[in-house]
Amino acid sequence: MSGFTALVARDLRLVWRRPGDVGVVLAFFVVAVVLFPLGIGPETNILQRIAAGVLWCAALFAALLSLERLFAADYEDGTLDLLLLAPWPLELAALAKCTSHWIVTGLPLSLLAPVLGVAFGLDGDSLLALFATLLIGTPTLSLIGGLAAALTLGARKSGALLALLALPLCVPTLIFGAGAVETLAAGEGLWTHLAILGALALVALATTPWAIAAALRQAGE
Amino acid sequence: MADLHFLANPARFRRFSQRVLPGLGFATVLMLAFGLYMAFFVAPVDYQQGQTVRIMFLHVPSAWLSMGGYALLAGLGASLLVWRHPLAALMARAAAPVGASFAAVCLLTGSLWGRPMWGTYWVWDARLTSMLLLFFLYLGHIALSRAYDEPERGDRSAAILALVGVINLPIIKFSVDWWNTLHQPASVTRLDAPAIHNSILIPLVWMAVSLLLLFVFLVLVRTETEIDRRRLENAAVQEEEAAA
Repeated sequence: MSGFTALVARDLRLVWRRPGDVGVVLAFFVVAVVLFPLGIGPETNILQRIAAGVLWCAALFAALLSLERLFAADYEDGTLDLLLLAPWPLELAALAKCTSHWIVTGLPLSLLAPVLGVAFGLDGDSLLALFATLLIGTPTLSLIGGLAAALTLGARKSGALLALLALPLCVPTLIFGAGAVETLAAGEGLWTHLAILGALALVALATTPWAIAAALRQAGE
Repeated sequence: MADLHFLANPARFRRFSQRVLPGLGFATVLMLAFGLYMAFFVAPVDYQQGQTVRIMFLHVPSAWLSMGGYALLAGLGASLLVWRHPLAALMARAAAPVGASFAAVCLLTGSLWGRPMWGTYWVWDARLTSMLLLFFLYLGHIALSRAYDEPERGDRSAAILALVGVINLPIIKFSVDWWNTLHQPASVTRLDAPAIHNSILIPLVWMAVSLLLLFVFLVLVRTETEIDRRRLENAAVQEEEAAA
């Protein structure tokens, strides 16, 4: 476990020294979301209706944007070789990388989304629901995206390929994440959606670290 | 499974496929010709769907084959990762575009059927949407397996993707079903199949078998091509090394 925390701490330290990388992702998120009212028109009832879907899709794209570099830097400077040789499981290292990715993207995106939701005319309950679904849903995105990043490590045009691989696999999370806020508007229970999002996150947690480790091993060969 | 291991050697597979392919191709053409004849001329016109019911004879088997094809990709992926069978990689490379084509045929015929029946080429029906996502999963597999300069890396990455995809397919299917009922409770006209009559069922099963033969035939031919291509590439590399 000490290796796990050490790896997370190292990644966070690297990000801390170059905060611009995270800033760019968050700025992309804000700009992408702001484009929708400009493209669709300022009618509040339409914006309220699409808010959750727009914010969720934008969060998904923003998370993908930062994933390309998740393993690439370690792959280029040889850190990945050391992780492969290290006497503790590579699965744990994969999980550590995804955890730090979530802390620097998923968490700030969850905090930022409700602020933008206000501009879409969402009420207090919906904003809270949006925050809760993103908080539970974004770890799944980091894990699935981490897998796509590991699979495309060293590939040609890896950025576009990563999106092509990750997006279909992220569909369930998107459906239940954005759907939760809508059911709240329809007066239905939020808990079912949150429970399913939690279940999806647990399935991803139980399967993706192994797949990521397998992908990293064959990348290191 | 153990009986099939003898085919894992590409050279042995090639000898086997060369013996099998001519007969298989002949059978496929005959079956398909008779199946299409039945589908277009013998099968009765449906009292509700009219002539458009004939699209189903192509549409339904394509849907089955595209789903079966992804299961095949996952099986080949497992066999590559577990036993490192070189042939599994080549066959997956050969099978993915065939499966993707069947998914595309299924989507296209479905949309052509939907125009007269539903009045639109596309509806966000749960079945249509999950078939579209399956098509995207195929595209990802094809793109990933060809994205590396060393083909072996693409093979193994794509194998991992196929395994993850096959775990995810039921989850995607379930969530899309849920999503659709959430958005439009009164769903689009669905074919509530009242036990299909034999005059429709027999051509349908016949077409399914002929298209399955076509699928197998195409995969075997393409696998042969992949074996030859890999050999030529290796020979070219060796020649270069000898010259250097």
